[in-house]
Amino acid sequence: MKISCEQASNICNKSQYKEASFWEIQKLKLHILMCKTCAKFTKNNTALTSLCDKAGLNVLSENDKEEMRKKLKEHL
Amino acid sequence: MAANELKPDTWIDLYADYLFNYAVARVSDAEIAKDLVQETFFAGLNSAKNYKGDAAERTWLIAILKRKVIDHYRKINSKKGKAEVRVNYNASTDSEGDWLEEQVADPFSKEGDSAMENEELGVAIQECISKLPKKQSLVFSMKTIQGMSTEDICNELGINPSNLWVMIHRARTALMGCLNQNWF
Repeated sequence: MKISCEQASNICNKSQYKEASFWEIQKLKLHILMCKTCAKFTKNNTALTSLCDKAGLNVLSENDKEEMRKKLKEHL
Repeated sequence: MAANELKPDTWIDLYADYLFNYAVARVSDAEIAKDLVQETFFAGLNSAKNYKGDAAERTWLIAILKRKVIDHYRKINSKKGKAEVRVNYNASTDSEGDWLEEQVADPFSKEGDSAMENEELGVAIQECISKLPKKQSLVFSMKTIQGMSTEDICNELGINPSNLWVMIHRARTALMGCLNQNWF
């Protein structure tokens, strides 16, 4: 059941994208009880995720960018 | 002394998303925003010789984009635009019919505030992302913003999953540090 801090941060990152398994999350929770650093990291990491969700970020797709690049080249 | 110089080749990689977010927040239409960003790049190229180098490239481009957004609103409010009557009462059919009452702003609504705050937040995050190394920012935005699966990203970039998680980890740590001062 014991995991290293490195493993803990890895699980934490995965869980931000809902890719951590149930048991991994249990292990992480146990680790957090014993490790202040990882507890803080997990808290901040979760906050970052919720900030990103809240901001509703948009990105251009690669296709759009490629098209822009082409047009910009023509323009030069 | 010109501390900054323009490198148009790198514009799209570095600033397209940043400018796009800025534009989307202001015109709330992805297609129009895309066109505005493209126009901004054109205008940047055309007036590259006027660039004195005392502002950073990004600041300079955002200033152009600002003008483009204003121009956009001017255009839709031109004579032709104004000729259309744009009062659409009865947008929702189940309204009670008291026109005046329904136009009054809801004093308890927090929507306006939070929308503005979120917009600032978006710009702040985008700024932090643009400070990351290119590979990290690419992986992070593919994963977080576009919501692509780990497998797809690995296939597209030719990396293995543990590679990807390392990059995500570095990107997230950097972003936490970058946003820490203002947003946590």
